[in-house]
Amino acid sequence: MNRFFERKFIVQGIFIIISLILLSRLFYIQIITDKYVLSANNNVLRKLIIYPARGTILDRKEKALVQNEPVYDLMVIPNKVKPFDTLQFCNLIEIDQAGFNKRFTKAKKYSPYKASLFEKQLSVQLYASFQEKLFEFPGFFVQNRTIRSYPDSTAAQFLGYVGEVNDRTIVQSNGFYHQGDYIGISGVEKSYETLLRGQRGVQNIMVDALGRPKGAFANGKYDTVAVSGERLISSLDKDLQKFGEKLMQNKIGSIVAIEPSSGEILAFVSSPTYDPNLLVGRKRGYNYTKLLSNPNKPMFIRPIQAEYPPGSVFKVINALVAQQLRAIDSNTVFYCSGGYFYGPNGSKKMGCTHRHGALNLRQAIAQSCNTYFGYTYNRMIDHAGMRPVNAYQHWWQEVSEFGIGSKLGIDLPNERKGRLPTSDLYTKRWGSDRWGSGFNISLSIGQGELGITPLQMANVMAIVANRGFFYKPHLIKAIGEKHIVKDEYTKKNMVHIDPSYFNIVIEGMDDVVNSPGGTAIYSKIPGIDMCGKTGTVENSQGKDHSVFFAFAPRVNPKIAIVVVVENAGFGATWSAPIASVMVEKYLKNTISRPPGYLDRLFLANLLPPTHVKTSAVVPQKGEIVKSSSDIASKSSSSIQKQHEAIKKANAQSVVK
Amino acid sequence: MNNNQPKPFFSVDWTVIAIFIALCLFGWLNIHASVYNPEKPGIFNLSTHYGKQFFFIITAFILGTVILLLDGQFLNAISPIIYGITMFLLVLVPIIGKSVAGNQAWIAIGPFTLQPSEFAKFPTCLLLARYLGMDQVKIQDLKTKIIAGIIIFIPIALVMLQPDTGSALTFTSLIIVLFREGLSGYFLFLEGLLIFLFILTLLYGKLILTVTLALLSGLLAYINRKNKKITATVALTLFISIAFVFSVDFAYKNVLKEHQRDRIDVILGKVNDPRGEEYNVNQSKIAIGSGGLWGKGYLQGTQTKYDFVPEQSTDFIFCTVGEEWGFAGCFVVISLYIFLLIRIINIAERQRSSFKRIYGYGVASFIFFHFFINIGMTIGLVPVIGIPLPFMSYGGSSLWSFTILLFILIKLDSNRIGTTNT
Repeated sequence: MNRFFERKFIVQGIFIIISLILLSRLFYIQIITDKYVLSANNNVLRKLIIYPARGTILDRKEKALVQNEPVYDLMVIPNKVKPFDTLQFCNLIEIDQAGFNKRFTKAKKYSPYKASLFEKQLSVQLYASFQEKLFEFPGFFVQNRTIRSYPDSTAAQFLGYVGEVNDRTIVQSNGFYHQGDYIGISGVEKSYETLLRGQRGVQNIMVDALGRPKGAFANGKYDTVAVSGERLISSLDKDLQKFGEKLMQNKIGSIVAIEPSSGEILAFVSSPTYDPNLLVGRKRGYNYTKLLSNPNKPMFIRPIQAEYPPGSVFKVINALVAQQLRAIDSNTVFYCSGGYFYGPNGSKKMGCTHRHGALNLRQAIAQSCNTYFGYTYNRMIDHAGMRPVNAYQHWWQEVSEFGIGSKLGIDLPNERKGRLPTSDLYTKRWGSDRWGSGFNISLSIGQGELGITPLQMANVMAIVANRGFFYKPHLIKAIGEKHIVKDEYTKKNMVHIDPSYFNIVIEGMDDVVNSPGGTAIYSKIPGIDMCGKTGTVENSQGKDHSVFFAFAPRVNPKIAIVVVVENAGFGATWSAPIASVMVEKYLKNTISRPPGYLDRLFLANLLPPTHVKTSAVVPQKGEIVKSSSDIASKSSSSIQKQHEAIKKANAQSVVK
Repeated sequence: MNNNQPKPFFSVDWTVIAIFIALCLFGWLNIHASVYNPEKPGIFNLSTHYGKQFFFIITAFILGTVILLLDGQFLNAISPIIYGITMFLLVLVPIIGKSVAGNQAWIAIGPFTLQPSEFAKFPTCLLLARYLGMDQVKIQDLKTKIIAGIIIFIPIALVMLQPDTGSALTFTSLIIVLFREGLSGYFLFLEGLLIFLFILTLLYGKLILTVTLALLSGLLAYINRKNKKITATVALTLFISIAFVFSVDFAYKNVLKEHQRDRIDVILGKVNDPRGEEYNVNQSKIAIGSGGLWGKGYLQGTQTKYDFVPEQSTDFIFCTVGEEWGFAGCFVVISLYIFLLIRIINIAERQRSSFKRIYGYGVASFIFFHFFINIGMTIGLVPVIGIPLPFMSYGGSSLWSFTILLFILIKLDSNRIGTTNT
């Protein structure tokens, strides 16, 4: 036996110990920790998001209002990027070097291993030239997306716009939305978001170290398909809408037209308007800022957000309510000596346009006599056999049934409810509840503390046309393949005015347009019996607003309409003619007026000189966005439930 | 002479040969997996790594057979000549060599490139065995230490010149041989200490380390102040340590190349750079770590198949084992190596001649060093030193060199019965 033989064991021991160290290390990284499995998947797995096509929106004749157009988002995985010609790259996608560095740093900060958006919405044209060179830029790839496109550039405020989802919504959506997803921000895009957005799909593919695709991961076991959003059929008549927008160009105001028999909104013009295509694509941010800073507030949705004292058109409501409260009847006559005198010893006067002399209700409406309605209001409040403050509450109750002072619940976000002052307001103002009609007499003629949106006015017209009921005004008449109609839109909302009381009011409105002494005789439509009422809204901040509302034809009405033109003076001058051609266009599809009649309307520029504030309540910059999110958080759950049910119903129909 | 002589295969160690074949074939399977391209199948395609490796394995088998058929008696005698020729060739390499990955360590012969540094292993072993096996030579003598040191140091220096640090370092493993032959455990301790100091120097700098060493040594010397021998040893160790720390510091800053410094920095955690050197180690760990217990299955390894792991058929072949065969596969491979190593030590110990025993230890030392460093670097335990996994990594030079190394031992062993040679 040679010396040091026992050292054999030391050497073998060292070998075994080293092996055990290797094995325990392997045991740790292969079995104990799953960190490396995750990293491995991170290496090879690329989740390709398949974005669903957003639902399209059609008009009532199923012509497209909104379509989808393909664009290409340029994505980058920073750690896959190899040195390349950045100058050429920047030129290809039309950015500068500083912009490149900024984007790249941002992407790297997000994650060096994960794909992040580098430049969004490259157009088809840009992509075509870029595509050929794409292989020279490892680490970059494009993802197909679609963006909105508006073939007729119409109905911007109705349609609203989409934008990238913000961080708060991502958190609140419990994982539905991801960074870079689009979401409806205003208009129908927002209120029908849950139906329009569809369901995104995910395709899991494997890539090699250079990012080249190598086929499906696990044979597509974890892939999901994208489901397109539902198609919405709007109640809007595209031709009528465009015609209305043309009539309202260079004017501030609204047109709302409703089909009384259904509550479907036929035209929804908010002026000034803008081309909805401006809020799409790479220039969106710039255009958005520009629109927000426009003093005429094109983003302001006037039909549902502008609140005006309605002026003389409110006399129609008072005429109906007064009959219902038995204050007057169709034969009641008052004498107009040029004004309504009230207060202590008749010391105060609410002036009238003319000395009308003795006149009945029909004449009072036809000639818009302030005096008559002063007396009428006086009777309703002061001579109702109860304390005026209580009588006012009865009056308030009747008026509010017309949808005044509360939201009608149109299917657009950010509707305003207007103002119908409660008795408490006056009690508070005068310091006691011992007040009477003299304290708020201007309510008799639609002035004072009242605030009514054009939509509410149009709805009043629909109520009159229907002689006592209305359907909730809405813009989307059918959803999806199965043309589902929401239940709430088929429900009749009754106004507690006896149908017989409407006749005399309608007679008077007929006279407004069709009898020689009517205020809107100039707007008479040949061959169509339109009933209407003019209004001139006092505007302390500028020229009066011109208002006209009407329905037609008198028998079996097809359209109820309101036109508001701000700072345009008498209702008969601008609003009534505009309403009359709208009605004619809708009912006959031709305009039979003297030459120059239409051009006068088209060409008139009634925009106020800049910096003149309009009297309508205009939200400050950013308020729209803020309040919209509030509404979303309050009502989204119930809307979502409803939308889920609709989606299900449509899906079933497809299966069948 | 003896009756078994005419039958060269009768007394060969079949266990070792079986492990050798198993490792070669398993390595080849993994090379196939790591470069597998579904668009270009074909196992024997000579344009692919696995096609070439198949050729290398066949030739290695032939080479092994030829070695077994040769007469092993003269090896001892001619070892100085073999050593001399090899060293001469090593000198030639930097002059006629071809640069691969920054190392001028390759010589082109026809369509193949050879790495002569690999072939320096068996001559060094043989000469060291011959020298230490001589009757009057004792490793305890200073002269012996110096001569043995020179035998080992010449190939180190020559390979360093190429420069191929990784291959050069493998020769330091021969200290195991010296230890077995009676070198004081102090030297083994010293080598461990120096490796430890090497790392600490790079981590903390020479000044802090020097002061700490001096304090520790002072303390040790004070405690053992009665024992002069220990005090002297401590003093010597302190001197060597400080000299080493300073030279490491100098070498790190002035001799090492940038990429070598980077590798060391990464393994020491001094830099965090997933794109650079760390990327390789990281990807390697990911590949192995994602294998789990049973692996992803043959040809199913995504990390290796899709080129995330660099050098995956050569230095990082173990990644494929780890990913596709899992911990189970790793366990089998490591078991095969450790079984082979223990077997080689047992073979060495059963030799009557010192020459054969020492040679056997040399073989074990080399295989062990490659095995430990290679697998260690793929799982992030040791710095990335580009040396192959014996018998498994792609490459003819490495395979042939280890085949020669191993089969000489088998041949020597098969002659053990009835013969002695000194």
